[in-house]
Amino acid sequence: MLLLIQYTLIFASVLALVALGGCFSEHGGVINIGLEGIMVMGALGGALMMKYIPAGTAAPLILLLVTLSSVMIGMVFSLFLGVAAIRFKADQTLVGTALNLLGPAAAVVLVRAINMSESIDNVSSTVVYGEAKKAFVVSIGRFEFNWFMLIAFLALAASWVVLYKTKFGLRLCACGEHPQAADSVGINVYRMRYAGVLISGALGGLGGLVYITAGVSEWKFENGVAGFGFLALAVMIFGQWKPVSIGLAALLFGLFRALSNVYTGFDMLVALKLPSTLYNMLPYAISLLVLVFVSRKSRAPKAEGIPYDKGQR
Amino acid sequence: MNKRRITPGALLRRNGVQTILASLLCILLGLLVGYLVLLVINPQGAWDAILAILKNFLYYPSPAAATKYFGTTLVKASALLLCSLSVLFAYKVGLFNIGAAGQFVVGAGASLFFGLGLHLPWYLCLLAAVAAAALAGGISGALKAYFNVNEVISCIMLNWIALYCVNMLLATVKEQSTPYTRPLSSVNKGALLPSLGLPAFFSGNEFVTLGLPLAVLAAVLVWVLLEKTKFGYELKATGLNKHAARYCGMKEKRNLIVTMMISGGLAGLGAAVFYLCGIEQWMVQQTSVPAMGFNGIAAAFLGGLNPIGTIFSSYFIQHITSGGSYVDTGMYSSQISDLISAFIIYLCGFVLFFKLWLNRLLDKRDRKLSEKQEGGKA
Repeated sequence: MLLLIQYTLIFASVLALVALGGCFSEHGGVINIGLEGIMVMGALGGALMMKYIPAGTAAPLILLLVTLSSVMIGMVFSLFLGVAAIRFKADQTLVGTALNLLGPAAAVVLVRAINMSESIDNVSSTVVYGEAKKAFVVSIGRFEFNWFMLIAFLALAASWVVLYKTKFGLRLCACGEHPQAADSVGINVYRMRYAGVLISGALGGLGGLVYITAGVSEWKFENGVAGFGFLALAVMIFGQWKPVSIGLAALLFGLFRALSNVYTGFDMLVALKLPSTLYNMLPYAISLLVLVFVSRKSRAPKAEGIPYDKGQR
Repeated sequence: MNKRRITPGALLRRNGVQTILASLLCILLGLLVGYLVLLVINPQGAWDAILAILKNFLYYPSPAAATKYFGTTLVKASALLLCSLSVLFAYKVGLFNIGAAGQFVVGAGASLFFGLGLHLPWYLCLLAAVAAAALAGGISGALKAYFNVNEVISCIMLNWIALYCVNMLLATVKEQSTPYTRPLSSVNKGALLPSLGLPAFFSGNEFVTLGLPLAVLAAVLVWVLLEKTKFGYELKATGLNKHAARYCGMKEKRNLIVTMMISGGLAGLGAAVFYLCGIEQWMVQQTSVPAMGFNGIAAAFLGGLNPIGTIFSSYFIQHITSGGSYVDTGMYSSQISDLISAFIIYLCGFVLFFKLWLNRLLDKRDRKLSEKQEGGKA
């Protein structure tokens, strides 16, 4: 049971972080389908930092450095989307999809190159980071508390404040609802949209890092992040683009994802004798079901997905 | 006296010419980026590696072997063509069918299960694949039409659901010692697509079958349907503005669902063409959705969203994807071609901007020319 709570919390943290990323981007008016690719790149940045960090580094410093590298890589990668969608008015779905393919491919090519340069026989796409990962975890009895759970919670609280209580957040939302009106009162729509995309890159990259460090101590980059970026988008829609609801939605989805990891610990579930594949499928099936119920009256930002053109009325 | 000569300027203004130019530019830039990445990894073999990707089957010195592997590339390209037609068809109607990958999986599951589990002849397997995949696509369409569920997200969820379902289904017809499904050639020869004597042209490559002409035929049919029929016009009108379409008396909900069904059916046909020639077996422990459907997106956009253009772009994408396996694996990984095709998709996002820019450039030139002429008169 404790294990279930632990996994639920950590997966919920991932989903909440990434969904918040999507939320910032969409409030600015840019649909970020590319979160999946951003997660992979952020995970790669963090994994490589963990791999190369000297063994004796103090735990808080490790946490800080690894987090920073994930966030930075995520932001840089999200600029691919930002530049194409904002400056060049590209189709946001198309560019986002390109990021999703680009991220894993680039990660595999890079990791393989690194592995092969270390030893010619090592052609795997796996990064091992067992030692450094311990810095993220504090054991409280049998419960492994992960600092990222706290970070995700703080990110949720901060997002609520930023979106609803600051000038920046309200302006950002204005750019996603009615960019022409925002522009008419002197807000630089392009700059706000870049800000939204960059924040989503930072949170998406961090989410990717949390995902690959949840439970395992090495990651095979050929697997990408198994559709988590899209689950996060479902969480975002279920949460109706509001931070508090996103947090609750993330907990629900996290629970279903955690079940597939730990269902063997429950006699009742084992007794049902369902194939494990079914549990793997569960988060996706549930999110589809949830979308059916909430999408009809969805409150998406009105201008999302439409490139802003100053000259257009 | 002016006999309406086609000047280079007028030629450049043609939409088709611009599209081809833009696609070629995307390819060149994509290859350039791939080359740069290879240079960063290991400067010594980068040029050879790019050449290996571009040469693909020409890697083999003997013409017989080269033609044989040319056939294999064509077989894979025909499946890819059908996937990209699936993406293209939906996109023309304003839907982004990222679910082609999942519909491909469903098609694979249906065709292999009908062939291996139920021992049915090939045409029934083919139909089953198309029908099952059309159903999978139809689900996304119906969710979009009746519940306003974003088709991209529902398609992604269905991709994963389809993958796990098909893994479970095909586990019933797998070989005992390996995670692969049993080969069609030993279990049920009747499920293999008829060869039509095509292997003779490809040094006896038995995988070249009916699928090849079928895929090209599908491309032509999609073009006719979209450009020459009332039904296709209605679909495109729904895609451009569904409220206007409803105002004109079109059934916009039905159109959405039908579009996704046709789109899904095309991807399913692609899977049938691929798996019913026996070129590959399904691995029932797969944990990622096959890349065929995603590459279909690349091919569709690289082909300028034109069914005939897609024939060439699908071949090109498959050519470099297959070529990736010939790079020197001591230095690089074959995923470099995935990276190149992903970057090509990214660049396709800039095509619209490129056209705008080109037109503006031409306008400027024309204005200068006419100013010069005016000046000459005065």
